[in-house]
Amino acid sequence: MVPAPRLASGTDAARRRPINRAPLPWLAAGLPWVSIMVLSLVPFSPVIASAPVMPPLGLMALLGWRMLRPSFLPVWAGLPLGAWDDLFSGQPFGSGIVLWSVAMLAMEVIDERFLWRGFVQDWLAAIALLSTYLVLAAGIAGLAAGYPLPLTIGPQWLVTIALFPLVNRGVALLDRVRLLPLRKL
Amino acid sequence: MARSRDLRPGYSRRAQYGIFTGYVITVAGLVAGLVALGVSFYNPGAFAWLRGPASEVAAPVGEASAATRRSGAGLIAAINAWFEAGHQNLAMAREIAAARAASASARATADENRRLKALLGIIDPAAPPIATARLIGSTAASARRYAVIDAGTARGVHEGQPVRGAAGLIGRVVEAGRNTARVLLVSDAANVVPVRRASDGLPGFVQGTANGRIAIRLLTMGNNPLHPGDVFTTSGSGGIYPPGIPVAVVSAPRRDGAEGQLAADPAASDYVIVLPVYQAAAVEAMAASVKAGGPPIKDDN
Repeated sequence: MVPAPRLASGTDAARRRPINRAPLPWLAAGLPWVSIMVLSLVPFSPVIASAPVMPPLGLMALLGWRMLRPSFLPVWAGLPLGAWDDLFSGQPFGSGIVLWSVAMLAMEVIDERFLWRGFVQDWLAAIALLSTYLVLAAGIAGLAAGYPLPLTIGPQWLVTIALFPLVNRGVALLDRVRLLPLRKL
Repeated sequence: MARSRDLRPGYSRRAQYGIFTGYVITVAGLVAGLVALGVSFYNPGAFAWLRGPASEVAAPVGEASAATRRSGAGLIAAINAWFEAGHQNLAMAREIAAARAASASARATADENRRLKALLGIIDPAAPPIATARLIGSTAASARRYAVIDAGTARGVHEGQPVRGAAGLIGRVVEAGRNTARVLLVSDAANVVPVRRASDGLPGFVQGTANGRIAIRLLTMGNNPLHPGDVFTTSGSGGIYPPGIPVAVVSAPRRDGAEGQLAADPAASDYVIVLPVYQAAAVEAMAASVKAGGPPIKDDN
């Protein structure tokens, strides 16, 4: 079986695309950012919970894009996207900026250390990053609220781990939408 | 599986500087985030000006999803109603006939009640309530405890008037707009209410501790005579709050008083009554004499 192409360039991408068509530039450049920002709006979804059960979908999408397209998002993407997430997550402002920036830097280190990665290695890296994020975010929220709340993140942690491949899959789908040859040359 | 990209871009100075700048921005952002986090810890409301507009912008998302939820439920209810319309109609016609008879007798009872009450003097005709209002909001992001009611100067609400719920005292009006007013809750640390124990009139005062509980302090010295469950009501001294409104219940006696719970939890009371100032003339006279006396003499301790 031929593995799915990671980069839609070169021979296999050209095979499907008519020669007078190209992706829309604003769609190709903007969809990753917009998708991460939309997933950060999860607190405004109809799910109203009394305990944290929703996974950090914004950060998961960020990691998904970072793993699928290592050079698309700049290293500093955690700064604006984390700030956006802070506006809606209910965390004290600044925690998203710090933790998302650290996640992006950690992905650079992971890229450097583990050159050849497959699905399982990517998942393990995401588990490590997301677990650290959840624990630190709960710690920061606990500091801000005045009492620690470490045990409530258990269900959220399990959902996050289980859902990451699904988010990854969604990101891959969006990537195909992003590169649809809609523009006529 | 694909190999990670190589970070070394070769001899291109431009590419090298690009990568370097990226890291500089990231670290600068990290530091800015840490600063923002520190500010958030010390002043949780510091970024409310940013969060407010963001929530306003995103509110249509929440409203749309809530509306979808509601209309989804409404659709099912409408289908159900279609099937039940016939016998529901019959039952309602019967209910209306019964309700008409009941309302006629209720009107007679209300009439009788009014006469009896006037006879007993339960309602003080000299001090009827100024307005009945709804608690429409409170400051959740701030350590101060304010609430907002939906009655203002248009309905006679003015600064200083006490506000009570069904179960007890809520606070007093500190700012009155045209259609809303801001109420300083009893649980705010700046609100001091003179009280007395309901059973024997033991005097004291109640002060908020800004964490939802309140501190009860006694005016008498010596043995602490408080027990859990003691009810404190307003004493009427100070001239603002009318006497006899429940304020607090003792939950844990302390060395110099007690920790208490509010008699009326503002979160649980939706409708409140704005009362006139108990002794308005006396309060005004006192304020005037304080003003005439000039600034208080500085204490050395």
